[in-house]
Amino acid sequence: MESEGGAWSPYLVGVLIGVLSMATFYFSDKPLGVSSAYARVAGMIARLFSRSHVESRKLYQDTKPKVEWEVMLTLGIVLGAFVAAWSGGELTGQWVPAMWAERFGDGLGLRLAVAFLGGAVMVFGARLAGGCTSGHGISGTLQLSVGSWIALACFFIGGALVAMPMYGR
Amino acid sequence: MRKPIPTALPETPPHPLPPAASEGESGTLQADVGKPDSAKQRTLGFVFGIAFGFLLQKGGVGKYEVLMGSLLLTDFTVMKIILTAIATGMVGIFAMHSLGLVKLHVKPTRYAANIVGGLIFGVGFGLLGYCPGTGAAALGQGNWDAAAGILGMIAGSHLYAELSNGLASSILTWGNRGSIMLPDLIGMRLRSFLIAFVPILVAALWVLHLLTG
Repeated sequence: MESEGGAWSPYLVGVLIGVLSMATFYFSDKPLGVSSAYARVAGMIARLFSRSHVESRKLYQDTKPKVEWEVMLTLGIVLGAFVAAWSGGELTGQWVPAMWAERFGDGLGLRLAVAFLGGAVMVFGARLAGGCTSGHGISGTLQLSVGSWIALACFFIGGALVAMPMYGR
Repeated sequence: MRKPIPTALPETPPHPLPPAASEGESGTLQADVGKPDSAKQRTLGFVFGIAFGFLLQKGGVGKYEVLMGSLLLTDFTVMKIILTAIATGMVGIFAMHSLGLVKLHVKPTRYAANIVGGLIFGVGFGLLGYCPGTGAAALGQGNWDAAAGILGMIAGSHLYAELSNGLASSILTWGNRGSIMLPDLIGMRLRSFLIAFVPILVAALWVLHLLTG
């Protein structure tokens, strides 16, 4: 049933991500988590237009619009994935994923519009739920947080409810 | 809330339950409140990010097909990676915590927000085909459509910010239980719970492996 997978065993990658979590707790006193990085960047952009308005928003009071640890983590992810893909000859350089093109055609506008909308909806959910697949799905669940286990289940339930009709299953 | 990282073992005995259990009452992201991160912290964040992105790409989860396959239940790579990372990190972090080497950061449980936000997240995840971390990894490996997803995430964060004052006083207060942990729900001690739960996770992975190869 495995359609593609990665260059490395998922179990090896999982163990190493678990070890990486231990390292971030020990060296940075922080759990792995990505989605708040986008909130910080959003606040930095919005602050260019109105500083006082940004300072009045609860989200930006809790998640300061600054280049903090998670923003650097997210930039690092882009670079690390580039190095991994380059070293393994897996750089894609593609605008529309093959699976999407097969179902919805290779039109760039539709794919980018849905990706933009999907990103906006997804991160809204992440902020409401208090984290994403990293912050809740790995870091929260491994600390046995009740809310994180609920959120992780809901991520996949919500995702399946959209993905299955999209791909006619 | 933010203490220097302990460099030596503290004198106090290990706690059966984390002292962090009430940390999350005040804010959405308790780790965010406090002093700005130092240059050293930000450098560490970048280095950890490189490692994380490298692993995500080698695991195949920068690929649209693998992530959508996890939602269509045709590809179990994501489930295997997540469950293995959870089991490994759980053993490692609770062991380090019992030695006083790390603090816990248990996110607060807010039933309404976790469920509604989680489902909304899933809807967006299904449309985009990448999640916030794997989207950054997808961009790094050359899936340029992930850039539109990232712009969407920046826009969506701002939309949330616009509504955040109202949300903080409504849905985020519904079913707010603070930083409760699974063993609290059934009245078990942390250590006994882990002794039962980690083998269950490993068994689930084994069954998944037998079923999907």
